[in-house]
Amino acid sequence: MTLSADNKPLPPGTFRGAGPTVSKKVLIMTESLKQLENGYPASRSGLHKRLRPGEAIIQGLLFFAGFFSIFTTIGIVYELGKEALLFFQMPEVTLWAFISGTKWAPHANEFGVWPLVTATLMTTLIAMLIAIPFGLAVAIYLSEYATPKMRNTLKPVLEVLAGIPTIVYGYFALTFMTPLLRSIFGSGVVEIYNTASAGLVMGILILPLISSMTEDALSAVPRSLREAAYGMGATKLETAIQVVLPAALSGIAAAVIVGISRAIGETMIVAVAAGAGPNFTLNPFQAAETMTGHIVRISGGDLSYDSIDYNSIFAIGLMLFIITLTLNIISQQIVRRFREVYE
Amino acid sequence: MTEQPLNPQFSFTDNTAARNRVGGLWQVVFRASTVVGILALVLLLLNIVNQSFGYVAYEANVDPASLAVNGVALADLPKEELIKVLQSKISKASFTKLDKDGPFAKRSSDEVLGLVYERVVEFEVQETWLFWDSLTNKAGIEAQVKKEFPKAKLTFESWINPGFITRPQSSNPVIAGIRTALLGSLWTILFTIMVAFPLGVGAAIYLEEYALDNWLNRLIQTNINNLAGVPSIVYGILGLAIFVRGLEPLTSGAIFGTVDPTTANGRTVLSAGFTLALLVLPIIIINAQEAIRAVPQSLRKASYGIGATKWQTVWSHVLPNAMPGILTGTILAISRAIGETAPLVVIGASTFITFDPSSPFSKFTTLPIQIYQWTSRPQAEFRNLAAAAILVLLMLLLSLNAVAIVLRNRLSRKY
Repeated sequence: MTLSADNKPLPPGTFRGAGPTVSKKVLIMTESLKQLENGYPASRSGLHKRLRPGEAIIQGLLFFAGFFSIFTTIGIVYELGKEALLFFQMPEVTLWAFISGTKWAPHANEFGVWPLVTATLMTTLIAMLIAIPFGLAVAIYLSEYATPKMRNTLKPVLEVLAGIPTIVYGYFALTFMTPLLRSIFGSGVVEIYNTASAGLVMGILILPLISSMTEDALSAVPRSLREAAYGMGATKLETAIQVVLPAALSGIAAAVIVGISRAIGETMIVAVAAGAGPNFTLNPFQAAETMTGHIVRISGGDLSYDSIDYNSIFAIGLMLFIITLTLNIISQQIVRRFREVYE
Repeated sequence: MTEQPLNPQFSFTDNTAARNRVGGLWQVVFRASTVVGILALVLLLLNIVNQSFGYVAYEANVDPASLAVNGVALADLPKEELIKVLQSKISKASFTKLDKDGPFAKRSSDEVLGLVYERVVEFEVQETWLFWDSLTNKAGIEAQVKKEFPKAKLTFESWINPGFITRPQSSNPVIAGIRTALLGSLWTILFTIMVAFPLGVGAAIYLEEYALDNWLNRLIQTNINNLAGVPSIVYGILGLAIFVRGLEPLTSGAIFGTVDPTTANGRTVLSAGFTLALLVLPIIIINAQEAIRAVPQSLRKASYGIGATKWQTVWSHVLPNAMPGILTGTILAISRAIGETAPLVVIGASTFITFDPSSPFSKFTTLPIQIYQWTSRPQAEFRNLAAAAILVLLMLLLSLNAVAIVLRNRLSRKY
């Protein structure tokens, strides 16, 4: 028995709420079906999709929210491109000098980007020298050797490492790593600000990123491959290195590339520990300024709009954006193209 | 195809011992690498703790004990008494100037106490020691202080203390605090959440529930994945160009006619909040998408089956079930935003302000920027301050993450 809103019993066969009774509805439906069979349009019959303006508005708003990220990208490309163009249109600057010059001295009208690029490459290289071997080893340990209990304790700890703000790593580089390097190699060799210290600490920062992405890739390799290897008499190490690692290679490559992209864009560690002032050198114990460090230093002071300094950070920012975007796209493509799919 | 004949001398157990040895060796290497990773984390934390506590030798122009009134210590005096102390110890002209800068009637008691320390007591830090040295080499430190700074007072200080959190910024390390920076961080994050949460969840709902598989929606999805990998400093440059410069009338409050007297441009809390919102938006979207995807299809089918519309289904069934996941992802994104420094430096957060941000159009500083500024100073005592501020920041992030974990465990349902 159905009850109406005021709890009075309704006559049997009625449907709760307003509108025609069920029997009437069935009648309408059968009629409209008949009409359909006769080739009549089913308008006015209740079978067509009802227009719901509320739903349409909500869908429109949701679409706007989804599309908003496109605006962000357009904003980045447009603003960086526009100001970078202004930078290259300045009489003091030529694109060729920017790409080929080895001296960055805005006051002397020298705008060669190489000192900034070499510093970035150096910190990135040092970081990857730490992060790739250690990251891979940690991932292999977690995925192949560690007991589930061990894994469940260690993974969150590494995640904590990845969640610490980069300024804290910068502090660590300056107050721990640099004194350590200076005590090992001598304070005459190692300057107070140097790319080695920044790079090493950046490696610690990127280690958990690489290890967690690699671990995901290794865990995705099906158990049967390992069992087959063990069945052939392979040891655990041989299985891990010769069977599991190659099977997960695309995921590992993607992890490494994402790590490189992260290292190139990393800012606060180099801003604190690598030094202020462009320096065209390949000596990791000397101070040098990376692209990101330069942007932070220039914009940290009082920056007047449309000055050459203001426009230069957009040109360098555009370069950073293009490099990291390219690396990220390559990484996604590797995953998509070379992913081994197992049944 | 001819098969290689087996070596007659070959035996299956031939070099097993050697292979196992190599295997064992590498297992040790892998385990050691993991230990190194953990060790790095421990070292990082120990280094900060080491810098946050320890002996400090400082000299004072006027001994604060001599400023006690009727046996009440200086730090516990009421505001009126503090003003009297200040008035009696500094020249009339400088007192009037202070009153002009910020009327004493409006200043808090802490602020006046800070002024007394700054103008009358004039603490000057001579040297600071690390926690480890302070523990192991107490006698040596005392001897050194006696020899080098005979007038200095040596006390064991915890750089992180209640006063450190409630006092405003100051150029004197003894009385510098992080209240301004903490409030700045909170204001900024408030606007970040207000913008990024609805937009992010909306985008995730659109992509998971509404979007058809066509080129436009694939483009949106790829674009979001790519934006998540853009370095944060690029967002800072974007914020500088769009929010600080392009939308200056809005972000400085000029179009509302409420220009904060302290700001002359768009380098405000609002610009910072918007910039960080753009930065965390992709993270929120990706996490929310995963949460929405985890809601079983049967719930949606059941909802449609009883005649619910699409939005009714999403609002009453999908969202409530996905909410724990969405909130967890949002909290993680927020903790990323709280620790973010580079974009805010680029949009021009002030490094030194002593007044609290009071509106969206205020100039501001945030905790990481305060840490950056203190770290960049050459004096050791500012490094100690930076370490204390880092401890506060880490505790803030840790509690946020704890909330996220609790949410994930308490609210999530298994199907």
